[in-house]
Amino acid sequence: MGEFKVHRVRFFNYVPSAIRCVAYNNQSNRLAVSRTDGTVEIYNLSANYFQEKFFPGHESRATEALCWAEGQRLFSAGLNGEIIEYDLQALNIKYAMDAFGGPIWSMAASPSGSQLLVGCEDGSVKLFQITPDKIQFERNFDRQKSRILSLSWRPSGTHIAAGSIDYISVFDVKSGSTVHKMIVDRQYMGVSKRKCIVWGVAFLSDGTVISVDSAGKVQFWDSATGTLVKSHLIANADVQSIAVANQEDSFVVGTAEGTVFHFQLVPVTSNSGEKQWVRTKPFQHHTHDVRTVAHSPTSLISGGTDTHLVIRPLMEKVEVKNYDAALRKITFPHRRLISCSRKRQLLLFQFAHHLELWRLGSTVATGKNGDTLPLSKNADHLLYLKTKGPENIICSCISPCGSWIAYSTASRFFLYRLNYEHDNLSLKRVSKMPAFLRSALQILFSEDSTKLFVASNQGALHIFQLSGGSFKHLHAFQPQSGTVEAMCLLAVSADGNWLAASGTSAGVHVYNVKQLKLHCTVPAYNFPVTAMAVAPNTNNLVIAYSDQQVFEYSIPDKHYTDWSRTVQKHGFHHLWLQRDTPITHISFHPKRPMHILLHDAYMFCIIDKSLPLPNDKTLFYNPFPPTNESDVVQRRTAHAFKISKIYKPLLFMDLLDERTLVAVERPLDDIIAQLPPPIKKKKFGT
Amino acid sequence: MASLEEEFTLSSVVLNAGSEGLLGVEQTSKTDQFLVTDNGRTVILYKVSDQKPLGSWSVKQGQIITCPAVCNFQTGEYIVVHDNKVLRIWNNEDVNLDKVFKATLSAEVCRILSVQGTEPLVLFKEGAVRGLEALLAEPQQKIETVISDEEVIKWTKFFIVFRHPVLIFITEKHGNYFAYVQMFNSRVLSKYTFLFGQDENSIIESFTASVDRKFISLMSLSSDGCIYETLIPIRPTDPEKNQSLVRSLLFKAVVSGDARHGVALTVLDQDHVAVLGSPLAASKECLSVWNIKFQTLQNSKELPQGTSGQLWYYGENLFMLHGRSLTVIPYKCEVSSLAGALGKLKHSQDPGTHVVPHFVNWETPQECGLGAQNSEQSRRILRRRKIEVSLQPEVPPSKQLLSTVMKDSEKHIEVELRKFLAIKQTPDFHTVIGDTVTGLLERCKAEPSFYPQNCLMQLTQTHVLAYSLCPDLMEIALQKKDVQLLQLCLQHFPDIPELVTCACLKVFLSIADDSLQETDVNMESVFDCSNSVRDEKMEEQTEILQNGFNPEEDKCNKCDQELNEKPQAKTKETTLCPVIAKRAALLNAILHSAYSETFLLPHLKDIPAQHITLFLKYLYFLYLKCSENATLTLPGIHPPTLNQIMDWICLLLDANFTVVVMMPEAKRLLINLYKLVKSQISVYSELNKIEVSFRELQKLNQEKNNRGLYSIEVLELF
Repeated sequence: MGEFKVHRVRFFNYVPSAIRCVAYNNQSNRLAVSRTDGTVEIYNLSANYFQEKFFPGHESRATEALCWAEGQRLFSAGLNGEIIEYDLQALNIKYAMDAFGGPIWSMAASPSGSQLLVGCEDGSVKLFQITPDKIQFERNFDRQKSRILSLSWRPSGTHIAAGSIDYISVFDVKSGSTVHKMIVDRQYMGVSKRKCIVWGVAFLSDGTVISVDSAGKVQFWDSATGTLVKSHLIANADVQSIAVANQEDSFVVGTAEGTVFHFQLVPVTSNSGEKQWVRTKPFQHHTHDVRTVAHSPTSLISGGTDTHLVIRPLMEKVEVKNYDAALRKITFPHRRLISCSRKRQLLLFQFAHHLELWRLGSTVATGKNGDTLPLSKNADHLLYLKTKGPENIICSCISPCGSWIAYSTASRFFLYRLNYEHDNLSLKRVSKMPAFLRSALQILFSEDSTKLFVASNQGALHIFQLSGGSFKHLHAFQPQSGTVEAMCLLAVSADGNWLAASGTSAGVHVYNVKQLKLHCTVPAYNFPVTAMAVAPNTNNLVIAYSDQQVFEYSIPDKHYTDWSRTVQKHGFHHLWLQRDTPITHISFHPKRPMHILLHDAYMFCIIDKSLPLPNDKTLFYNPFPPTNESDVVQRRTAHAFKISKIYKPLLFMDLLDERTLVAVERPLDDIIAQLPPPIKKKKFGT
Repeated sequence: MASLEEEFTLSSVVLNAGSEGLLGVEQTSKTDQFLVTDNGRTVILYKVSDQKPLGSWSVKQGQIITCPAVCNFQTGEYIVVHDNKVLRIWNNEDVNLDKVFKATLSAEVCRILSVQGTEPLVLFKEGAVRGLEALLAEPQQKIETVISDEEVIKWTKFFIVFRHPVLIFITEKHGNYFAYVQMFNSRVLSKYTFLFGQDENSIIESFTASVDRKFISLMSLSSDGCIYETLIPIRPTDPEKNQSLVRSLLFKAVVSGDARHGVALTVLDQDHVAVLGSPLAASKECLSVWNIKFQTLQNSKELPQGTSGQLWYYGENLFMLHGRSLTVIPYKCEVSSLAGALGKLKHSQDPGTHVVPHFVNWETPQECGLGAQNSEQSRRILRRRKIEVSLQPEVPPSKQLLSTVMKDSEKHIEVELRKFLAIKQTPDFHTVIGDTVTGLLERCKAEPSFYPQNCLMQLTQTHVLAYSLCPDLMEIALQKKDVQLLQLCLQHFPDIPELVTCACLKVFLSIADDSLQETDVNMESVFDCSNSVRDEKMEEQTEILQNGFNPEEDKCNKCDQELNEKPQAKTKETTLCPVIAKRAALLNAILHSAYSETFLLPHLKDIPAQHITLFLKYLYFLYLKCSENATLTLPGIHPPTLNQIMDWICLLLDANFTVVVMMPEAKRLLINLYKLVKSQISVYSELNKIEVSFRELQKLNQEKNNRGLYSIEVLELF
């Protein structure tokens, strides 16, 4: 299978932003996640928790609230006082509307989905009507004294509860007036705190209001009388979030200590109809504040300052042992943040607001498996390119020759020409970008670096000719009439003739670049594409889907290859299908046409198409190196999947040349070291 | 006992009560809400538990309410009459009484009467009665005159007797009183005349009535301060004839005769009446509760601000006007019995009733667990489960077992239990086991001779019991000194309180060797002593070393010399187990049990000193055995660990140190223990020295693993 020199890179100093809000959509089984930098990500829980869409962040747009309304429409609101609606088709912001109430702290969609409520810094609660293409201000509720930090509708839609500082208000929706004001006790473990912040409220259909607050309490109130019914002290720190199941038989709260508590409505005795809320399970999957929680029918979802999105299935609701029964911890984005120039051995790292260009080192030594070779030259940091403006970078790419860098934000596209003179590097921006090219979702250079392919957010694919520092628009493949779906993934063949593009649901289209027309469409598959690449020579398109299936499609013949059919008939090994991160990159060995190289966050794999496929009884992973010669031979020919799990978490792996690989790792410890310190908890003693 | 609870004022708003007090307080269809009509223009709806008014309605200036507002229980509406003839009907949502339904009647209304379960009645001043429905259908209908000219209706009451409404009203004419009883099923009106005794010239101040089976018992409070009772038959013998009623004295002088204020009387229940008035001429007004049966004063409460001489009783509340505000005094009367008075507890549990099981079966699905989103697969599983259940025989063995437990012989129970345990797969296995144990234990307590040891042992071994489920089990075993069962309990129960553990320890230490020999104790935690005796030679060597340290080298210690004199004796003493094997097994069970030091310590102090020394000797013996081998463990299947042994030594010494120190026979043991600790300390100090160098080695190793930010490695894929 081969011996490689692996450049093991750990200097990609990437830290994901903290999660601020999650919103679960029951209809489409999707989860919207917003981060403190304003990024919004959409996860498809039906498609193996794949992050299928994302909206880039913005420095001034800190999201404080996120909700689904009118079925599948997504809204966010933040401290800049704006309500934003996202276009889930074109992957851009539909509009932003100022609520004129100062920073917005909370938002809730009405149970019918037709109205939107926001709670503002100035203590106002504003009701908006959702019209088919916008939202319209309807009226204000009674102004409160301090900021509205949390909102919840009664499922019947008649009342709302609003959490503020030191009290909870119950409003009548019809009149907009306060019905009750429920004062929250400031006492915290016998000591009076300065203020008690009601971080979250939930209104149940029987009129109970559940509140969580900064004194560590979960309290149940009767909204009809405005009285406290029950109080649970669950934490020494703030309880910051609450989410109730649709059936109202369980809810989940998250605390600043990183603990998530599950509460369930259980009968008082075995056969009585009387039920009460009982704290059933504590989960400690976070080290830092759990800023937000969600409750899907089968799982508890939580996220917070430690940047992990944790999906904890409720075992009693899970029937079969499959993906849904396993705990998920999603830390890294499911898209590529790194590109590499093979010719010059360069790596381009994409951060939220800047790009870094590094040159890999080299060695002259050789060694055997597992050796660390002495470096003759260390890696160099060549370039630090900071973006202009407050917008986050959506995507970036360096050309294979290393002389072009392109990146895009939500409103501007940038192309730079790099000149290397010995050790000096000069950078020149290509000005006069065409007006139609404002924003790109994906950028790709052809293998010979003469063409630039850009997937714009209007759904069009643009082809540019690059030659000697000049830049020319060749063609634009317009999206099929009627669709505006953005293309998220691009792949180009080594000869530059074929361009494959994939959207989030429209399938994979293959274009003929020479004749400038649509060549074919790969048969539809009901899971999103996570990675794809075109093999050299054969022009076979290899596609990895989020359900861990891998297909090989012959572009010239317009059908699946025989090998792909064999694999589908035979089926993948169950351990392969049970991996929980998607394949994010596929590449090929120039000299070995039978090999496919692919990786996800926890493994790197070479598939040798010439070897037999493993069945479920075969030993799939082999953690130990072979001990003797016959063992080596035997293992080499055992089955087609050669897997290495040495590098993890693996963000990028590519082939630099025949015998050299580059692996970019981002150890979790390094991320944790850059997070703010967690709340100190006593482990021992009293 | 009849008790009057703390009074409270319904509202601070001063009611327009006037000198005659309120018009009335009436019930509404909600138990907690009452309509209060003042003597002017206003009707207020109060919620008593909240002590606040829910609504208030007034008639226009110039109009005056002439009859207390009542609630129509059938519709929930309120009815009031103002200016004698104008009827108003409204409900909670109405705001203005001027805009609600209005009917002007042709005659003057005396009262509207309404009780639960029937339509309201309108009683006119001339004594005619109409149903509300009929009246509203034709408001201007002619109203006949029933009573004679100068008769005035003094008091009315409306009952439901045998589901038929009965109206009684009392009129007065020139000092004579007449009672009219109107039956509505037969539409018969009977008239009775009150006959007074010779001395009577008194005025009746207040009436109250209650219904017995055949009679209406009418009580009246006369101005002489006595309560009289009059019985009026419900079914009149001859309705046509004018009948007379005789009243009998019930109570003498409950209130002073010359009351300046009004007095009032109301029946609370069949034995109690409440009387409002001043008990003595000069004293303040008082609310008193009297027991009619025993003629005793049960309770009384002073009302210093004076009342209007009106008293209403609904539900459990007494309403009165105290001073100028409406006051509510909750009244409660529990059934009193002689036994209760003597302080004897009654047996609340009837032998026939089925006891609610206190064992919850967590494995059977509860309805809340299986939501709508469960896939069809689960339904299929459920269906299969149902089929399995239905396949079982008609009378499940569990039922049979429970019934045998209650009455059959020990042997029979054992057979049934074995049968039940053989099946084992029943879904309610846990609950049946729990119920069986409670059943058995209850029987044990009831019949001192009954002690099904085998059954209890089998049940304990099912692993489904815990101490908290059947605390009586160990209590009984302790009483019976059943060490075998106690050992099992210690092994199987995770939650034995320290008190009980200690009680077990006491039994284990005190029980005689002979009786121990007879019992069949599980010996797996005890290693074979004969084995160790055979290897005595080897032991002698290791014993001297004691965990790598030789105490004999410690010459500076003077105590040593005493020991060195007879090393032979010492080795003998320490290598022989101080207790017999069976007792050792029992003590090992104690060592294995879980405990918390703070809770255990106080109980350990109760153990006699010679037992403490015995146990300490045994522990010291175990420690020596432990330190014989390199792994610091004892041989055997489930031996006590070194930590457990050391913890118990510390605990015992902590708890009983002063006692042990004073005992001459424990001196040698203490010296040994002291030396043992000393030797351990020096061993550990040596180990600490080594640790530093090992840590350096580990640091070196870590540096090798930590690759830094960038490296080039070789990877070979197989």
